[in-house]
Amino acid sequence: MPPVSLAALHKGARGLVAAVRNDSQSLGDEAQSTVSRRLLELGFVPGESIEVIEEIWPGGDPMAVRLGNTTFALRRREASAVFVETSER
Amino acid sequence: MTAHAHTLDPMRVALVGVPNSGKTALFNRLTGSRQKVANYAGVTVERKEGAFVGPHRQRLYRVLDLPGAYSLTPTTLDEAITRDFLLGRLADEPAPEFVVCVVDATNLRLNLRLVLELRDLGVPMVVALNMSDLAESRGYRLDHALLERELGVPVVETIAVEHGGDRHLLEKLESLPHPGPRLPAAWSEPSFEQIQRTHREVRRILQAAGYIEPLRQRALSRLDEVVLHPIAGPAILAAVLFFVFQAVFSWAAVPMALIDHAVSWTGGLIRQSLPDGLLRSLLVDGVIGGAGSVLVFLPQILILFLFIIALEDSGYLPRAAYLLDRLMGSVGLSGRAFIPLLSSFACAVPGIMATRTIPNLRDRLATIMIAPLMTCSARLPVYALIIAAFISNRPVGPFNLQGLVLFTLYVAGILAAMAVAYLLKRTALRTAYHPLLLELPEYHWPHVNNLLIGLWERAKVFVRRVGTIILALMIVLWFLSSFPTPPPGATGPPIVYSFAGMLGRALEHVFAPLGFNWQISLALVPGLAAREVVVGALGTVYSLSTSAHDVASTLAPMVAQTWSLATALSLLAWYVFAPQCLSTLVVVKRESNSWRYPLFMVAYLFALAYGASFITYRVASALLG
Repeated sequence: MPPVSLAALHKGARGLVAAVRNDSQSLGDEAQSTVSRRLLELGFVPGESIEVIEEIWPGGDPMAVRLGNTTFALRRREASAVFVETSER
Repeated sequence: MTAHAHTLDPMRVALVGVPNSGKTALFNRLTGSRQKVANYAGVTVERKEGAFVGPHRQRLYRVLDLPGAYSLTPTTLDEAITRDFLLGRLADEPAPEFVVCVVDATNLRLNLRLVLELRDLGVPMVVALNMSDLAESRGYRLDHALLERELGVPVVETIAVEHGGDRHLLEKLESLPHPGPRLPAAWSEPSFEQIQRTHREVRRILQAAGYIEPLRQRALSRLDEVVLHPIAGPAILAAVLFFVFQAVFSWAAVPMALIDHAVSWTGGLIRQSLPDGLLRSLLVDGVIGGAGSVLVFLPQILILFLFIIALEDSGYLPRAAYLLDRLMGSVGLSGRAFIPLLSSFACAVPGIMATRTIPNLRDRLATIMIAPLMTCSARLPVYALIIAAFISNRPVGPFNLQGLVLFTLYVAGILAAMAVAYLLKRTALRTAYHPLLLELPEYHWPHVNNLLIGLWERAKVFVRRVGTIILALMIVLWFLSSFPTPPPGATGPPIVYSFAGMLGRALEHVFAPLGFNWQISLALVPGLAAREVVVGALGTVYSLSTSAHDVASTLAPMVAQTWSLATALSLLAWYVFAPQCLSTLVVVKRESNSWRYPLFMVAYLFALAYGASFITYRVASALLG
C-alpha cells in the first residue's frame, strides 16, 4: 500500500512514518517549511512508529498521536505533511 | 548566595533543554529560592537567573535558566532567545562559558537531537540525565559510560525533584577548570537532510549505549484514553476548571477578609495614635489603604498559581490546550487562554499574570486585552447595589428577574470578549496561521518544592514590581481626593472640593449623554482604585455617615429615589466594559513590557463602555418614557 497522509487517518490507525513532505498545499511555502522542519525535529522521521490515539469530536481536529515513545497533539493541517505506511491491525 | 565573598569571576552556566525536561526543577534545585526573575531586554520572555556556590571549591556559579527549546531553529520567541543567547547575539548578554543540557531520561530520542545540535556549537557542556530515577523505575535501561563515550561529552545523572539530586552534576562542575569567556559559536540552520541524519545518529548512539525503552505503562495509556477522550475529556476539563474557579473565588475569601481586617486594624491603630490631619490621612487612606489594595490580590494569585503550576507539572495543561484548541481557536485564541480567562472572573490581575503559559506573544496579548471583560468579583458589589435598588425581585418563569439581569451582565461580558478577540486577531494582533504541534508530556506527580518556589517567585514579582506602582498610584489618587481641602464653612463632603471632585464635575459633561449625574461622575474617579470603591465613594458623595459595610443597604433606597431606571441600566452597562481598575492596567504594563497595551486597553474599553451605556440609556429612556 502506498503511504497515506496522517491527515486522512483516524483513531486506531497505526503504522510507520514514511516521509515528511515539504510541498503540502494547506499552508504557505514558508509556513510549510517551518512546520515540516519542526515535525522532523520532533522525531517524525522515516521508520518511526506512529498511532492515532484520539481525535476531538466532532470533526476529528486536532488529533493526538503516539510517535515512538512520545505523544503529540496536532491539527490535520500540520498532519497533512506527514505520510504514513499503515499496517493492518 | 552565601556570605562567601568571591573575588574570582563567577562561572556563567546556561541550562538548556527541551520543554518538559525538568530543566526548571533542576534550576530550582541548584539555586533554591535565590533567583532573580526579570525579562530579556525588550521582550516579554522571562529571564531567570540564580547563583550558587560549589560545595568543594567554593566557586561561584551564575546560572541562567534559558527558555525551553526543541531546536536551535526557533519557532517561538522563547526558542529564538535561547538560540541568540547561546550564540552570544543578545545585547548585554555575554555567551555562556558552560552549558548544562538537561535531558529527560524517559524521552531520550527527542532530547538527544538537541544535545547533538548543541555539541556541534563547541561550547563546553555536560549532559544532565534528568528524572533518572523515574526512567529506572519505569524500565528504561542505558549504560551511562557508553552513552558518555558515544556522545563525547560528560553525562551525569540528576533527580531534580529530590534533595541532593543534583549531587553528580555539582561534582562534575567542580571538577572542571573554569573555561573562561569564549568567542561566540558559529551556527547555521541545518538542512532537512541533516536533521534526519542527526536522528539516525541519535538512534545509533542509543543502540550503542544499550538503550532499552519499555512499553508505555498500561495505567498511563488508560489515563490518556480518558483524559483525551472526545466526550469524557471535556467533561473532566470542565470539572477541573470549575474546581479551580471555585477555589480562586472561595478559598481566597477568608485570607482576603483577613488582609482587609489587618489593613483596617493597622489603619485604626494609626488613626488613634496620630492627631487628625494630613499626615494621618496620608498614612491611613493613602499608604495603608494603598498597600492593602495590593496585598488583597495575593491570596487569589497564589491559589491560582498553585493550580497552574500543579497542572503544568503534572502534564495536564498541554492536554487541556489540546481539548480546547477548537473552541478557543474559533475566535483566534490559543487553547491555553482558557485558564487565564476563567481566572479573570475572580480577578483580572491573577488572570493576566497567568497568560504567561501562552507561548505566542500575540495570542497572549489578545488574551490579556479581553481579560477585563470577564466580570470580576470586584464588580459584584456595584451590580448588587444597582440591581437591588432598581430591579424587582420577582419570578420570571423558573428564574428570578434580579438573577437574570446579573446573568445577562456576565454573558454580555463574555460575548464582548469573544467579539473583541475575533477583531483583534484579525487586525492589530493578527498572526499568520499558527500551527499546533504540541508535545503532551508524560504524566508526573507535581513536587512540593517546585510548587513552593514557583509560588514564591510569583508573589515576589507581584508585590515588588506591580505592588510598588499600584501603591504609588493609590497615593496619587489619595492626593487628588484630598486636595484642595474644603473652604471654611463648606457644607458638602470634602471630596466635592478636591481635584477629584473637580474632575468629576468636568466629567459630568462627558457622561451626561449616558444619564450619569455629577454624583456618579465624581464617584467614578476614586473608583479607579478598585471598582468596589465606587460604592463607598457614592456613599461619601451622598453624605452618608454610616460605616463602609452598611453603605450598600442605606445607599440602595437613596439611589432608587434619585436615579432613573435608564440611568441605572446605563451604569450597569458601563460597568460591564469600563477600564475601572488601575491594578489591572499596571499588571498589563508589567506583563506586556510597555505602556502601549494598557493605554490601548483603556481607550478601547472606554469606547466600548461609552457606546454601550449610551445605547442602553437612549433605548431605555425611549422605551420607559
